[in-house]
Amino acid sequence: MSTLAALARLRAVRTGTAQRLATVRHCHLSERPMVFIPLRLAGEAAAPLAAMVGTDPGHPHLLVVPQPRDRDLRFAFAAELAEIVLPYVEGFLKETETVERRGAEPYERCADAPQLLVPGRSALAFTLLLGRSTRFRRAEGPHAVHPSVPILGRWLTFFAQRARHPGSALLLAATEALSLHWATGQSALEDANLASLIGWIDPPPGTTGADAAREAEDPLVWPPAGPATDPGFDAEVLAPAIRAYEEAPGERAAARVAEAVRTQLDPTWRLMWRAVDLLRGLPEGRGASARWETDRGSFTAFAEQLAEGGPPQPKHDGAVAAASRLARMERAQASYDAQRAYDDPLVMAAYRLTGEAFTGTVVASDPANAEGEGRGRKLRPLLTVRTGDPVRLATGTKLGTPDRRGQQAEVVEVDGELVTLKIVKGMGRGKVATPGAVPEVGDQVCYAALSDEYQPPASLPAPEETPWTHGGPPPEYVPSTEDDQEEWS
Amino acid sequence: MERFDRLRGAVPARPHDARAIAALAANPGCARRAVMDAAGVDKDATATHLGFPAPFGQSPFAITRGNAFEALVKDSGCAELLRLLRELLGLPIPLAAYTDLGDIGGNPSAHLRHAHTLKLIDRAARDDDEAGTLYDHPLLRLEIAGHTSYLEPDVVAFRLAGRFHIVEIKSFAIVDGQAEPDKVAAAARQAAVYVLALRTMLAELGHDPARVSHEVVLVCPENFANRPAGTLLDVRRELAVLRRQLSRMARVGAIVDGLPEELTFDLAPDADGVPTRPVPELREAVRTVGARYAPECLSTCDLCFFCRDEAAAGGSTELLGRQVRDALGGVATVSEALGLADGSLTPGEGQEEIARLLRLADRIYAEAG
Repeated sequence: MSTLAALARLRAVRTGTAQRLATVRHCHLSERPMVFIPLRLAGEAAAPLAAMVGTDPGHPHLLVVPQPRDRDLRFAFAAELAEIVLPYVEGFLKETETVERRGAEPYERCADAPQLLVPGRSALAFTLLLGRSTRFRRAEGPHAVHPSVPILGRWLTFFAQRARHPGSALLLAATEALSLHWATGQSALEDANLASLIGWIDPPPGTTGADAAREAEDPLVWPPAGPATDPGFDAEVLAPAIRAYEEAPGERAAARVAEAVRTQLDPTWRLMWRAVDLLRGLPEGRGASARWETDRGSFTAFAEQLAEGGPPQPKHDGAVAAASRLARMERAQASYDAQRAYDDPLVMAAYRLTGEAFTGTVVASDPANAEGEGRGRKLRPLLTVRTGDPVRLATGTKLGTPDRRGQQAEVVEVDGELVTLKIVKGMGRGKVATPGAVPEVGDQVCYAALSDEYQPPASLPAPEETPWTHGGPPPEYVPSTEDDQEEWS
Repeated sequence: MERFDRLRGAVPARPHDARAIAALAANPGCARRAVMDAAGVDKDATATHLGFPAPFGQSPFAITRGNAFEALVKDSGCAELLRLLRELLGLPIPLAAYTDLGDIGGNPSAHLRHAHTLKLIDRAARDDDEAGTLYDHPLLRLEIAGHTSYLEPDVVAFRLAGRFHIVEIKSFAIVDGQAEPDKVAAAARQAAVYVLALRTMLAELGHDPARVSHEVVLVCPENFANRPAGTLLDVRRELAVLRRQLSRMARVGAIVDGLPEELTFDLAPDADGVPTRPVPELREAVRTVGARYAPECLSTCDLCFFCRDEAAAGGSTELLGRQVRDALGGVATVSEALGLADGSLTPGEGQEEIARLLRLADRIYAEAG
C-alpha cells in the first residue's frame, strides 16, 4: 500500500467518512448492467441456494433451489438463470461496428457489451465454480440437461475468467470497484463487507461512516452479501424451511424457502444499486473507455467462438495457452497502471511520492532544439522543470506526460529541484514545433516513467507445436460421458 | 498453576482443541491471548459478557455435510480411505487392520482413553509387520504452557512399514486440483498440531519421533461430487511455527509474573451458570493485559470485537491492518501520524524519514485531490 493510500485511510478515521482515492472512474460502467447476487448452501462446494439477478433495480428476479441437495432442482435453477442471463448477453450481439486495421482485414465488433456486477470477490469465485459445474454438461444422452445450461456455463466461465484480466470491466465485484476509488477508515479485510464499505462511503444522514460501518456488521440488519449465508439464519430460518419442503414438496413450501432467502438478498440488492450510483457519480476516465473497447472485442471474439461450436473452456490451460494468458495479463497490468496514472492526478500522486513521477513549473524551454543534420535533422525540444517532488529518475529514463499523450521525453539531467528533459517522440516532421506542442515557460507539467505503449504479444509456438519439455501438444477436447455424469452434489 | 487457576476463576480450564492451538500461531505477539489461553479462560463467554460476542458460527448445513463426508470416508472400516492411501502413497497395501481407539466401552475419562491410545501406538511402533493399520479416534495430548490438553482429532493415524501418517478429513471441495487457499492453510495448521502431538507421544514411548511423517494426507471431496480424493500436504513450516509459538507460551509465566497479584478473569457464574461479575470490573481486568490487535484476529479470536473497540478508542493504527502500518513506518496512533503529516507534530528520534514522507504525501494529496 502506498503512503498516500495509508494517509487517506488515516484521514478517513479522523473525519469519519471515506476519502477519495480517485478523481475519475477507472472502470467502465454500463448503462444497463446486470446485477447478480448468488447464494450458496453452506458446506457445499457449488450448490446454489438462490440468486437475485436483473437489470432493473425495481424488479429483481429471485431464483431459488428449495432443496439445494437435489440435482434436478439445481439444473432447473441453472436453466432458469440461463433464461435471464442469455437473452441479456445475446442482446448485445445484434449491433456491431466495423473496425478498420492497418495492414489487416477490418473486423466486426459489438457496439456494446454486457456487464455483470457481483457483490464481492467470493461471489466472483462462485460464479467461476458455477460455470465450471455447468459448462461440460450436454443436452443429449442419459444425463441430458436443458440446452441452455452448458451455454450459460461457458458464459459464466468467460465472465469470471475475464475478471482476472487487469482493467477489464465485463464482470466487476462491487467491493473491489469501490475500494479502487475510496479509502475507508477500516482495514482492507473489513472492506470486503459491502454493507460496511458503503457505510463508510455514503453513511445515512446524521451518522458517521464509522458508525454506519459498525452497524453494517450485524447480520440481522445487513445479511452477508453472499455467497455464504449467515449461520444464524441457516439454523433458525432456512433449515426449518428446507425441512418443510422435504416433507411436503410443493409450491407453498417452496414459497416459504423463497421468502426466507429473499430477506437475505433484498438488502444486498439495494446495496448493489447504491454502489452503481456511487460509481456513476464519478466521471469516466479516458483509459476506462479505451479498456471497454478491448472488452467489447474480447466479448465479440468469445461469442464468435461459441457460435462456431468451439469446445468449452478446458479445466486446465495448456502450456502455450497459459504462457500467452500470463503474458497478456502482464501487459494489461502495466498499461492499466499507466493509464490510470495519466487519467487521474490522485493516482499519479502515488508515483510522485516514490519519485517515479513529478510535477512542476517549466522554467526554461527550447522548442527549436534539434539533433542531426540535413534530412536526418529531428526536433528534440529541451525543457527545464522546477519541482518540489523527490525525483528519483536516472538519465535516459523514458517519460510520458498526461497532457501530451503522444509524446515521449527522456531525462537529460536531474540537478536538485531542476529536471532537464528532451522530447524525443511525437514532435512530428515539421521544421518547427506546432504551437502548443512544447510547454512554455510558466506552464505546469507532469512527467512520469510509466509507459502505455503498445507492446507486441509474446511470440509463442502454436498449441499443436508445444515442445515436449512443456508436456507436448495438449489433447484435443473430446466430450466425455464422465463430464455429463459428473455429480453435482 | 495456582496462579492460572486464580486468573480463570472457579471453573474448569477450557480444553484446547486443535483449532484453538492452531489459531495461536495466527497472532503470536498477543500477550492477552497468550495469558488467557494458558489459563484456559473461556474467551467466548468473556467476550459475550463484555458485550462483544464473537462473530463466529457454523451453519448446521456445513456441520451435516462435514459429518456425512467423514462417515463416507470411514465407512466399512475406512474402505474408501484405504483406496486413497494406496493411490497416494503408491504402496501395495494388501490389507489394513482398522482399530477404533475410541471404542473401549463405557464412558471413560480422557486420561483413560489416552492411556489406551498410548498402549496401542506403542505396540504399533514395536510391531514390524508390513500390513497397514488404521487407528481411528486416537486421543492425543499436548502440553501447553504447563497444561495438558487432550486432542481428539477427526483424524486417523495410519501406520505402514514403521511410518505413521496423519490423515485429516475435511469437507471443502478440491475442484480441478484447486481448493480455497485459506481453507487448505487452516487444515495444514491443524494437521501440524496432530503431527506434533503424535511425535511427542512416540518420543515419550522411547521411539524415534521422526517416524511420524511431516507429510499429512488431506482427504477432501473431489470436484462437485462426494467422492473423496487425497492430497499430500507438507506441514514442516506449520510445525516450525507451532513449536516456536508453544515455546513462547511456555514463557507466558514471565508475563503472568508481571501482572497484579489479585487479577482474575473470573465471570463469577451463579448456580445457573449466568455470569455475575460486574462488567466494568471485568473490562478493567482484561485491559490489564495488553493485546496486539490486528484485523486478522476477526477470523480467529473470540475477543476480536472487544480488542478492536479498544484499539479504535485508542486511535491505534493497528486498526487499519499491517499494510497500512508498514506504510506508516510503524507510527502507533492515527493522531500521531496525522500530526506528522500536517507538520503540527515534531518527529521524534528515528521518525524523521517517515515524517518527511508523510508531509510530502499530505502536500501531494492536497494538490492532486
